[in-house]
Amino acid sequence: MCVVSYLHAPPPYWLYAAGLIFKMVIFMKNPAQPLGRPAHSLSIRIMHWVNVYALGCMMFSGWEIYNASPDLPFLFPQWATLGGWLGGALAWHLSAAWLLVINGVAYVLYGIFSGHFKRNLQPPSPRAFLSDMRAAICLRLPHKIGHYNAVQRLFYGGVICILAIEVLTGLSIWKPVQFGGLVSLFGGFVLARNIHLAMMILIVGFIVVHLALVAIVPRTLVSMFKSVPSDQQEAHDA
Amino acid sequence: MLKKRIKPVITPDDIRADLDRFSRRAFLRGSLSLGGLAMLTGCNLSTDSGVDAALKAILRFDDKVQAKLFDPARLAQTYPASAITDPFRFNAYYPDWQVRGVPDDWRLEVAGQVTDKKAWTLDALQTLPQESQITRHICIEGWSQIGQWRGVPLAVFLRKIGADTRAKYVKFTCFDDYTTSIDMASALHPQTILALEFIGKPLSPEWGAPVRLRIPTKLGFKSAKNLRVIEVTNSFSGGYWENQGYDWFAGV
Repeated sequence: MCVVSYLHAPPPYWLYAAGLIFKMVIFMKNPAQPLGRPAHSLSIRIMHWVNVYALGCMMFSGWEIYNASPDLPFLFPQWATLGGWLGGALAWHLSAAWLLVINGVAYVLYGIFSGHFKRNLQPPSPRAFLSDMRAAICLRLPHKIGHYNAVQRLFYGGVICILAIEVLTGLSIWKPVQFGGLVSLFGGFVLARNIHLAMMILIVGFIVVHLALVAIVPRTLVSMFKSVPSDQQEAHDA
Repeated sequence: MLKKRIKPVITPDDIRADLDRFSRRAFLRGSLSLGGLAMLTGCNLSTDSGVDAALKAILRFDDKVQAKLFDPARLAQTYPASAITDPFRFNAYYPDWQVRGVPDDWRLEVAGQVTDKKAWTLDALQTLPQESQITRHICIEGWSQIGQWRGVPLAVFLRKIGADTRAKYVKFTCFDDYTTSIDMASALHPQTILALEFIGKPLSPEWGAPVRLRIPTKLGFKSAKNLRVIEVTNSFSGGYWENQGYDWFAGV
């Protein structure tokens, strides 16, 4: 077998960072369990950081794949891509896809059976969403760790649906003949590929907003590492 | 002597870069194993190309999954003549000005596990049953285009030459030095043809003259042009792109 190198690219430093975060979650000594439910359960914290790693691999290798045949009038800079060339990027993409899907399925099962979806991600009423959105835009929406306001419910629920569409369109363009039914659901090979790209842009948009909000309320980052108590709910919520 | 003892030959600073490199590598190995990728256990990940080995192992696993997903009875979508892409994009591992003409003494050679190893002329191939298809050619780069090809179904040809269809692979060698190989199940698929014509005309050199493989159930790089030898074999031989890291099965 001839020697193949996928690593023409500079070392993926972001990847080392992702792994470091993962180890911090696993090995961080939790303080004595506080009263009540932690803001995020250990399962959620682990799956969140596995998802960060898997989605990072998918996104950065996906940009290299996009660069091989760009449909929009721009290329992603080489430093932001993973795999070094199309073959390497595809190897990363098709490897990380397993991790993304296995982790995603585990999360959905957990969400259903632990009550996480029912408790935290129920779609809000349009009225509740508009009222919370207005408060959020005016920066008057208090962030209560462990509780999901209407804007968060819609955004987190929405990005989960977007990720599901991303996986399904990905399967469509990976196997347009074998998964012919799925491809026609998305309007054919070309459209499925464009939807895959559009969903990627939405995911990037979500990540930007998500990181901006973490920067505004940094203690949410702590709550994704270690077990911290949920904030007290206000009287009218109780 | 004394000076050497006072100053160690190798200081920690000298090997710091190496140490960093090794710990990075160890971490990369660790992060890959996070995937719970049990199929990596057979790989020696302690070599320089640990990540490469891991990625290749997953690609081989993906090949097996792809072979399982392949349904021999499922046909690629066909299109009306009005859907044919015009102009059709040239693609090869070299630019179009390097396209090679057909050698004067060209014959299609057959080799390996076949009973009749006589070489074929283009005229002889034209006497065999022909099938026409208008299908989508999907490139691994992501672009695709619809074309029309007409020629001899590979299954018909393999039976004609007395090929052992229990063999694992069919290997294609081209006179432009390109090679590829496919699994027997895909070779026997009804839409896998030895194309002699492209959009109603005999193949010109740029489209793979005089005979090319056309296999719409695989990515474009599997549809080898300018065929010279078809070999039925049990030994895995990869191919031009496959040896550089494209997935071998490349099914769509």
